[in-house]
Amino acid sequence: MRLADDEQAMLDGAQGDAVQAAMDLLVRYGEVLGAERLIDTDNVCGANLFGSRHLSVCGLAGPDAGFSPNDQGFSEHSLDAPQPLPIPPVRAQSYQLIGPMDTKNWAVQGLAPEERDRILESERYSAEHGIHLMNTCTPYQVGNVPVKGEHCAWMESSAVVYVNSVLGARTNVEGRESAGAAMLTGKIPYWGYHLEENRYGTHSVDVAVPVESQRDWGLLGYWIGEQVQEGIPVLDGIGTTPDLVRLKHFGAAAASSGGVEMYHIPGVTAEARTMAEAFGPLRPVAALRYGEDERRAAYEQLNSVGTDTDVDLVMIGCPHATLGQIRDVVRLLEGRRVHPDSALWVFTPRALRQVAEQNGYAEALADAGALLMSDTCPAIGQFLPPGTRVIATDSAKQGHYLPAIMKVQGWFGSLAECVDAAVTGTWRGALR
Amino acid sequence: MTATGTDTLVLRGRGLGGGVVEGEALVTREAISGWGGVEPREGRIIESRHELVGRSFAGKVLVFPGAKGSSGWSGMFHMARLMGSAPAAMIFTTMNTKIALGVVVSHVPAVTDLDRNPFEVIRTGDLVRVDGDRGEVVITRVDG
Repeated sequence: MRLADDEQAMLDGAQGDAVQAAMDLLVRYGEVLGAERLIDTDNVCGANLFGSRHLSVCGLAGPDAGFSPNDQGFSEHSLDAPQPLPIPPVRAQSYQLIGPMDTKNWAVQGLAPEERDRILESERYSAEHGIHLMNTCTPYQVGNVPVKGEHCAWMESSAVVYVNSVLGARTNVEGRESAGAAMLTGKIPYWGYHLEENRYGTHSVDVAVPVESQRDWGLLGYWIGEQVQEGIPVLDGIGTTPDLVRLKHFGAAAASSGGVEMYHIPGVTAEARTMAEAFGPLRPVAALRYGEDERRAAYEQLNSVGTDTDVDLVMIGCPHATLGQIRDVVRLLEGRRVHPDSALWVFTPRALRQVAEQNGYAEALADAGALLMSDTCPAIGQFLPPGTRVIATDSAKQGHYLPAIMKVQGWFGSLAECVDAAVTGTWRGALR
Repeated sequence: MTATGTDTLVLRGRGLGGGVVEGEALVTREAISGWGGVEPREGRIIESRHELVGRSFAGKVLVFPGAKGSSGWSGMFHMARLMGSAPAAMIFTTMNTKIALGVVVSHVPAVTDLDRNPFEVIRTGDLVRVDGDRGEVVITRVDG
């Protein structure tokens, strides 16, 4: 890999040991990728909040070594450094993604006070190093809205596919270590989606049934991801203008069942006004058709891990709910209460929870027996109400991951079906 | 290869570093999901629809198409290394950022871009020597 002078200086240690280790990681990573060089980035989203599980496995150097547990955690988990290093403030604008804990409802998660203190300390450490504590899988909802052409280094597959496609920003799916290294150096390998020629469509998808509701968009995404895997689908036949919620659910689903990091909807997304523009110089490798059978297949696949209709938990907010989704839940609950044998949890970024509190939504949810949570989700934090056997969700992504991670049954349906399940304690969803 | 005795076969590809190791192959034609698909303590595949569900790759030469799913892929394989459950080596066919970073943080020999399709010549249980520096894979199959 060719390094610019400033990059070589970092690799030679001119900016200290931690920056050197970060550059070394980026060079090793870039060489495995086959990247020719690095590119500057000033927009990095990573995951550097550590609980005791993370810290316990990195061979703590002991109190006399001069390193805090957090320095050790960052050195190992965020940089893959050969030994613990003092970590300087980050260089690039850096953002914390979704983390392990809701700072308000940690007890509901079943966390011990010592574990809460550990994670709070990790938050303080990140803040002291200049990492913005967004604590969400949807940074684009709370102030980090990259512009078209902006080179970013983001983790979180659902956020990557959103900013690449909808906004036209340029990022690969980074991991914790590459994002950590990018924070300290302001660099990331110039590879994959950073290059124009890798951003054209690969598969055309003739969407032959109306796709309107959020559930429809989740099903479409889930089906497409399975079909194209890491390809770039181009959707033909979308007659409406999908909003942020629909595209958030579509991309998250496609990134879960497959590895979709970019798609085009001509006339809607950032880089294609027409089908021809979406494919550029390429010819589609396959032409797919999404009809009634395909829609049903996606629905049935997402509901294949549910047999018991007694629902213990309804999870809303994957990716993190918008204010609009929170208000919709409040309205669906009006005059009703969550069933005593069920729970209804709604997840949102911390900043939006504050707005939801201002608006009275949080209180309205609490009055109906539901709970507004922030900063985390059951899949990331690995928690459920005690004794949970069956969950229901309006998110294809959560429906894909949570049953596998937490060994529970899962149902997928519309927001209204999910709220209904929480109120009655029974899953009555169906594809109509 | 013939049907009896001990056969060896040499494949060449792009070495991704990590030195040399020899181990028993674990082969899958299905990409592996890291976060949500792997339990790092024992290096076990937990994705319910994966053909290797319940199997552990700890200490094995993992032969697979590559990485899929969440951006937490490298983090899971990083944890597996710290817990002593990483694969001994990786042989894969499809490059992406998840597998590239996963290879780097696993600190194991890895080879890609082989001159023959590894799924056609490597079977689970074969003894495989992976030279991540020279990009060489030597397969030994003991029949019977």
